[in-house]
Amino acid sequence: MISGKTLKYDANDINTDVIWPGKYTYVQIPPEEMQKHAMETFDPDFGRKLAGKSILVVGTNMGCGSSREQASECLKYSGIKAIIAKSFARIFYRNSINLGLPVIESPELVDAISDGDDVQIDLANGEALVNDKTFRIPTYPQFVMEILEAGGLIEHIRRQKQ
Amino acid sequence: MGYTIAEKILMARAGAKNVQPGDIVTVEPDRVMSHDNTAFIIKKFLQTGYTEPWNKEKLTIIFDHCVPATNPAHKQNHDEARAFAKEHNLPYFYDDKAGVCHQVMMEEGLVLPGSLTVGCDSHSTLYGAMNCLGIPINRTEMAGIWATGKIWLKVPETIKIVLEGELQEGVFAKDIILHLLSILRADGATYKVLEFTGSTVSTMSMGSRMTLANMAVELGGKAGVFPFDEKTKAYLTGRTDAPYEPVESDTDAHYCETVTVDVSQLEPQVSCPHTVDNVKPISEVVGKEVQQAYLGSCTNGRLEDLQAAAAVLKGKKVADTVRLVVYPASAKVKEEAIAAGVIKELEEAGAEIRTNSCGPCFGAVDATLGDHDVCISSSNRNFCGRMGSAKSFVYLASPAVVAASAIAGKIADPREVSQ
Repeated sequence: MISGKTLKYDANDINTDVIWPGKYTYVQIPPEEMQKHAMETFDPDFGRKLAGKSILVVGTNMGCGSSREQASECLKYSGIKAIIAKSFARIFYRNSINLGLPVIESPELVDAISDGDDVQIDLANGEALVNDKTFRIPTYPQFVMEILEAGGLIEHIRRQKQ
Repeated sequence: MGYTIAEKILMARAGAKNVQPGDIVTVEPDRVMSHDNTAFIIKKFLQTGYTEPWNKEKLTIIFDHCVPATNPAHKQNHDEARAFAKEHNLPYFYDDKAGVCHQVMMEEGLVLPGSLTVGCDSHSTLYGAMNCLGIPINRTEMAGIWATGKIWLKVPETIKIVLEGELQEGVFAKDIILHLLSILRADGATYKVLEFTGSTVSTMSMGSRMTLANMAVELGGKAGVFPFDEKTKAYLTGRTDAPYEPVESDTDAHYCETVTVDVSQLEPQVSCPHTVDNVKPISEVVGKEVQQAYLGSCTNGRLEDLQAAAAVLKGKKVADTVRLVVYPASAKVKEEAIAAGVIKELEEAGAEIRTNSCGPCFGAVDATLGDHDVCISSSNRNFCGRMGSAKSFVYLASPAVVAASAIAGKIADPREVSQ
C-alpha cells in the first residue's frame, strides 16, 4: 500500500528536458543530490511545493521526449512514491518501473484528485482511494510487480541471479 | 489475419506462433547501442552481479553527445567507458571521432533489415529506415540487457502512414514529419509503431527515411518502420556481409489507424516553441528574428541535408547577426561533403563547421543558447531550455529553412531566398 499527499500539476506533455535538464544528463550526480535539480525548468519551486507530499499527479503524455532516466530517478529521490497521470510517454513509463517508481495511468483518478489530497494506492488489487471514493486502476503483470517490489530492475536481476 | 512488420519481428524473436498487440514478449535484441551514457550503464550493470556482457558482438558503444568532452565530468564518462571497452575487448566500440551514434550505426552496416535493435537513446527509432525495429530504452534497462541478454516488450499496435505525391521544390522529409506531428500530435503514436508506406516513400532517399523514422518518437512512437526495397539493399552494399532477412507487412495485416497525406500540397513547416507539435506552415512564421541557426543532429546532419543548405546558401552570406553552426553527422558525412565541395560552399557563405557530434541539440555541449536567444534548428526538439537557457526559443525546420533563415537573419522561406 502506498499512501501520501498529492502534488498536482494540471499540465500535459511535461517533457524530460524540463524535469532533468540536458546540462546534468551526462554528469554523474549522486542520488541524494538529484532532488536539487528535479523539475528545475518546469517549476523552480518544485522542491518547496513537494514538502510533506509524495504522490505526483499530472496530465497526459507525462515524461515525453528524451529517454534520460534521471527524469524518473530525480523524482524518486525527491521522495515521490508514485506518479499518477492521464497518460505516460512510453520510455518514461518503462524507466520509472525499472527504477522502482510506480506509475499509474488513470484519467478519471487524475480528474478526481485535487492538490493536497490524501491518496491510498493498492497496486496489487488495482485500487486507489481518494476522498472516500475508490477507483479502479490498472494492475501490473506479475513480473512488473516483482520489479517494483525489488525496488527496480537491477536489484530484481541481482536477486534472480543469486 | 496477417501481421505487420513490427509484429513479425517480435514474433520471430519470441519464438511464438502468433502474437497480438498488447501481448508481452521477452526477446533477445540483435544489437544494442549506447553512447556517452555508457559509463552510467556500466555502474548499473555491475550492480546486477554480472561481470561479463551477455554477448560482446552485440554491444555497440559510440561517443557523440559530449564530443569532444567539454568538461571533466564528460571526460570521466568517456574514460570509464573506454576502459570498460578495452577490458572486455568490445569489437564495436567507436571513440569520439566517428560521429552521431545513429548515423554511425547505419553507415557501419550494423543495423540490418528485419532485425530488432535496441538503443539507449530516444532517437533509436531511426533504425526503422533500414526495415529494422529500432526501439529506444534507457540506462537501467540497457544494463539489464547486458546482464541477461533479454528485454520484455509489449507487442505494439501499428499506425499506417501513407505518403502520396511528389514534394515541391524546397520541401523535404523534415516537413513531412513536422506535418504529421501537427496531425497526430506529440502523443498520437504513444506505444505504437508508425509504418511508412506509399509512393513518396518509394522515391525517398535512405537519408530522408532516416529523418522520418528518427522523429517517430516525437509523436510518442515506439518505432517508425519502412519497407525493404532496392534503396535499402543498395545502401547496405559494401557496408556489411552479414546475412539478413527483410520483413514485410502482410496485405491483411491489422492497423489501428491509417493516415494518408498528399505531400505535393505541403509547404515548409516550422515547429514553434515549446512543444514539438506546435507546428505551423512557414508562411505564418516568417520574419521571426534568429541569433543562431543550427544545422546537424541525428535528424538532419547527413550529406543530403548539408547539400540542401548549401544550395540555398550558395553565393550568399550568413547575416552578421546570426551564427550558423554546422555539425556533419559523421566523419564519413564530412569527408563526402568535402569531396562534393559542400563544406567549401557552406564556409564561403559564413557557416562555421564544427565537430561530428550532436551536443547542441540537448543544450549541454557547444553552441548553447542564452537568455532571449532564438535558434532555427534542423534538430528534433524545441522544449523549454532544450538547447540552453530556459529563456531561449527553438524553432524546428528543414536544413533549407535553417539556411534561408541564416541568410535573412530571421525565419525565411527557402523557396523565396533561392529565387
